[in-house]
Amino acid sequence: MDQNTPSTPSKMTRPGGNLRRKMIQSAFYLSLFTLAGISFLLVTQHITAEPIKQAEKQVLLKTIDQILPTTQYNNDLFTDTITVTSPDYLGTTDPVTIYRARFNKKPVAVIFKVIATNGYSGNIEIITGIYQDGTLSGVRVLKHRETPGLGDKIETRKTDWVLGFSGERLQPDQKRYWRVKKDGGHFDQFTGATITPRAIVKAVKTALDFYQQNGDRLYDSTQSN
Amino acid sequence: MTQLNQTNLRFSLSAKLSQYRQIARNGVWENNQALVALLGLCPLLAVTNNTVNGLGLGLATMTVLLTSNLLVSLVRNHVASEIRIPVFVAIIASAVTAIDLWMEAYLYTLHGILGIFIPLIVTNCAILGRAEAFASKNPVDQSLVDAFFVGLGFLLVLVILGSFRELMGSGTLFAQMDLLFGEAAKSLKLSMPDDFHPILMAILPPGAFIGLGLLVALKNMFEQRKSELNRQPLDITEVSADIKPISAS
Repeated sequence: MDQNTPSTPSKMTRPGGNLRRKMIQSAFYLSLFTLAGISFLLVTQHITAEPIKQAEKQVLLKTIDQILPTTQYNNDLFTDTITVTSPDYLGTTDPVTIYRARFNKKPVAVIFKVIATNGYSGNIEIITGIYQDGTLSGVRVLKHRETPGLGDKIETRKTDWVLGFSGERLQPDQKRYWRVKKDGGHFDQFTGATITPRAIVKAVKTALDFYQQNGDRLYDSTQSN
Repeated sequence: MTQLNQTNLRFSLSAKLSQYRQIARNGVWENNQALVALLGLCPLLAVTNNTVNGLGLGLATMTVLLTSNLLVSLVRNHVASEIRIPVFVAIIASAVTAIDLWMEAYLYTLHGILGIFIPLIVTNCAILGRAEAFASKNPVDQSLVDAFFVGLGFLLVLVILGSFRELMGSGTLFAQMDLLFGEAAKSLKLSMPDDFHPILMAILPPGAFIGLGLLVALKNMFEQRKSELNRQPLDITEVSADIKPISAS
């Protein structure tokens, strides 16, 4: 036993050297694989970047077509934009892109997204189009997680409810106008789901408020805010 | 000489085929990742409120499985066992991210609907499970066959559960198939007669759990029936063990 004891350290050092080599080798291989993975992803991202942008544009254009007929403007919406950050009115701290529709350079309407933050289940993403005179050209829901069968009646696939916003405008002399009927306002709610329409009515109203506050400034080519 | 070679070839081919058949049976039925191993339930339960979502996620998962099994099998002899798990994870994560990007580019709307569950494929234990349990120990061809049939087993469960929930909860079948196959597929949609009252719960989360439970029960019922049929004619020891309680009563 005693004779064996001194030999132990020397035995320990040899595998130690081996172990170090193995560790370096492993680290090398691991970084090699990570590098290969990263380069593969960089290439994929590079290839898909343009199609993704196109797809995004296509979907947005489809939605915009529903709230503002293409015959009413003749400029390129995607180049005629400004970005605005206005958490109080637009429901998000992120910059919001405002698309400006013009007919022969004359302002027609602005189109932008607003977020209704007080839905039943998370944020509701809405797109609104507002004519130059302050009436709504249309409203659509882009993204939501409201209860299927109850709150999802805000989708045009389910009911026409959201179409009712077209042509509406702020009513300065009627304080309660922009509320659901249950709260003494003008807009219908659904049986069994009041929270969702209430959230949307409120968000659309703040969008109109936002437009009233900023007005024609939104059509200026310079960045506002 | 050539004849001998031919028989040899035929023999090895038929051996290969029976091997593949075994892998296929295992992947789709006997060790179905969703019904037997109960893996990948988070995306499975979350997205299956209609057929197209189930099919979309199923195809994405299958593609990831094929890629990861192929790559893992290719590098299996070059990776030290200590670092194999991180390497597998790197391979799977890269494959999933690539497919996420690809779907966003070419299946934009469906990608939006499936949302977080595409990136979450990376956490599907079934994929790392196949890499570790199969691809890291088997040649490329078998690993690919395994990936295909394990993926198919998962996809079938997703599609069946999705169709069942869509039919019960929305009263339609194959709605919105155009998200996956283009405008022409819109006509695939089938609707229940107007007097059908959908059971809303089927497309809500509880419906997912109940639906999956029913599928697992159904599979077990089949298994049991089959094993009873197989048992009847032979295997005296087992039969006698079964008879005992009957004779006692």
